[in-house]
Amino acid sequence: MSADGRIFVKGNEAVSMGAIDAGLKGYFGYPITPQNEIPEYMSLHLPKAGGAFVQAESEMAAINMVLGAAATGARAMTSSSSPGVSLMQESFSYMATSETPCVVVNMMRGGPGLGDINTSQGDYYQATRGGGHGDYRTPVLAPSTCQEAYDLTREAFDIAFRFRTPVMILGDAILGQMKEPITRGVPRPADPAESADWGLSGAKGREQRIFRSLFLAEGVLTAVNQRLRAKFEAMASLARCETFMTEDAELVVVSFGSIARIVKSSIRKLRARGLKVGLLRPITLFPFPAEAVAAVARQGKRLLTIEHNMGQMVDDVRLAVCGIADSAFHGTLSGTIPTPDEYEAAIEAALTGGSK
Amino acid sequence: MSETLAFTRTPSVAETPTHYCPGCQHGVAHRMVAEYLDAENLAEKTIMVTSIGCSVFLYNYLRFDSVEAPHGRAPATATGVKRVSPDKVVFTYQGDGDLASIGMAEIMHAANRGERITVVFVNNTVYGMTGGQMAPTTLVGQKTTTSPAGRCASTEGAPFRMAEIVAGLGGVAFSARVALNNVKHLAQARKAIRRAFEVQLAGQGMGFVELLATCPTNWKMTPVQANEHIEAAIIPTFPLGVFKDIAKNAGAC
Repeated sequence: MSADGRIFVKGNEAVSMGAIDAGLKGYFGYPITPQNEIPEYMSLHLPKAGGAFVQAESEMAAINMVLGAAATGARAMTSSSSPGVSLMQESFSYMATSETPCVVVNMMRGGPGLGDINTSQGDYYQATRGGGHGDYRTPVLAPSTCQEAYDLTREAFDIAFRFRTPVMILGDAILGQMKEPITRGVPRPADPAESADWGLSGAKGREQRIFRSLFLAEGVLTAVNQRLRAKFEAMASLARCETFMTEDAELVVVSFGSIARIVKSSIRKLRARGLKVGLLRPITLFPFPAEAVAAVARQGKRLLTIEHNMGQMVDDVRLAVCGIADSAFHGTLSGTIPTPDEYEAAIEAALTGGSK
Repeated sequence: MSETLAFTRTPSVAETPTHYCPGCQHGVAHRMVAEYLDAENLAEKTIMVTSIGCSVFLYNYLRFDSVEAPHGRAPATATGVKRVSPDKVVFTYQGDGDLASIGMAEIMHAANRGERITVVFVNNTVYGMTGGQMAPTTLVGQKTTTSPAGRCASTEGAPFRMAEIVAGLGGVAFSARVALNNVKHLAQARKAIRRAFEVQLAGQGMGFVELLATCPTNWKMTPVQANEHIEAAIIPTFPLGVFKDIAKNAGAC
C-alpha cells in the first residue's frame, strides 16, 4: 500500500475486492482465462470475510449455485469469460424472470468459439440483449479502469437488489489483467432488510415463498412479462457515460471499456496536433446512454464508434441518433490487440474524410 | 355406511389437487417427505429445490420455501442455498431424467463434496412430463416413445443404478433405494427418508434416497398393474437396500 492508501492490483482483483466490500456472501465459479484471479482471490479472502467460496464443477453449476444462494437473499456472484458466460445463459434467463439478484462478471476474451485468451468486446450483443432465451434485459456495467472495476462492482450489487435482477460487469482481458493503483473503500455489510420481503429463509409465520419462472395458467405469464417490462423500462434511470474533450469537438468517438482507454490516448495525440476530437464512453451498456449520444449529435458533431469487434454497440449508437445523424465505425477484430496508432489513424480519417 | 379416515393431511401438504395421473406415486413421495419434516418440526426452516419434470409444480403441493432449478441443476442450486444458509434444512426433489441424465454432473459433484443436503430421487424409468421417452434408468428391453423396439444395452447402455453409484462417493453419508409400491416398502421408504435427512442435520454429508415409483400412463398399465410391475420387473434391476449409512457421530470427508 502506498502512503496515500492506494494499492496496486489487477482488474480481476479490484472486482473481487469490490464484491467483498459490498457484503458478498457467496462466490461460485469455474476456472477460465483471463479471469482466474477472481476465483483465486475469492478462495483465499472470501471465507475470511465470512462468505462461502465453492469451485463449481462447471459454469452451469456455478451460476445455479448463485441462483440458490441469491434466492436466500444473500449477495452472491460468479465470474467467467466469454465461452463460460455462454454456458450460464439459461440461468440468467431464469433469474431475470424469477427476479433473483446477483452479479456476474464477464472478462471477455477473443471469439467466436474458443477464440483466444486475448482481449475482445465480442460479447456486447450477448450482454446487452439478455443473452439467454426469452424476452428480458439485465443491467450491464462496463468499467474502464481498475478503480472503476472496484467501484462498479460494489455498485452492481446495489443495482441488483434495487431492481431484483442479475447485473453484469462487462470487462475484458485487458481490464482483468492490467495493474493499476486503486483506493479501496470501507467494507459495508449487506443490509438484511434488502431481502427481508422476499428471501428464502423457511416459511416461518408466513406463506411460503417461491422463486419460479414457469407460468402455465392462462394470462399469468403475460402479467409477469408486463411487470418485467415495467422494470426494464425503469432501469433507464441507470444510464450513465463519461465525456472527454467533447465540448469543442467536431468529432466524438463512442467507445467503451478498456478500448475507450486506448481511444483516449489517441485523442490526446490528435489534440496535441490541434485536431478537435473527443470521447463519449458509455459506462452503462444496458441501459445505453442514448440521450447523451443524441445530445452530441444534435450539436452537429460527427460520430465515430470504435469497438473491439465487427460492430455491435454501433447499432445502439445509430439507434440513439436515428433521424438526426449517423455514426461511422471502426472495428478491430478479435485476435488483434489494438494500438493508439491504429485508432489515431482511424479517428483522423473519419474527421478529415468527412464521413457522416 | 360411515367413513373412517386412515390418516390426516400433514400441514406442509397444501390442500391443492395435484396434476398427477391416477396411480402416480409422486403424491405419496411428496407426503412422506412432508410428514417427516412436520413430525420433526423442521418445516419452518426448510428450503426446497425443485426440478424440471412431472414434479415441476412441487411448490404448489408442498408449502416450503422453494427455488426452481433449471433442468438437472438442483444439486448445484441446493449447494448455493446451503452454503450461505447452513442452519436451514435443504432438499432437492428430482426425477430420473433430471438427476441421472442432464444433471449427472451436478449430483455427482454435490455428492462428492458432501453437501449437507438431502436428495429425494424419484425413479420411474421414463421421462413422464414429456410423454414417456427413454430415461437413463429405463430398463433394458423396456419400450418407450424413443426406444420403440425396447432399450438396447449395446447401443443405449444399461440403466444407471444411482443409489449404488452415489454410495461410492466420499461425501455421501447415506444412500438407499426403496419402493413405493406396497405397505412394507412404504415403511422402509419412511425410514430411509428419515435417515437421508438425519445425516444432513448431523452435518455428516449428503443423504440420498432413491424411490422406485410408478408411471402407469407412460407404462400403459393400470395403477395395480404398475404396482405389480415394480415388484416383478423393476426391483430385479434396481435392488432395494441401504448402500451406505455412515455411523452416527462420524462425518464424511
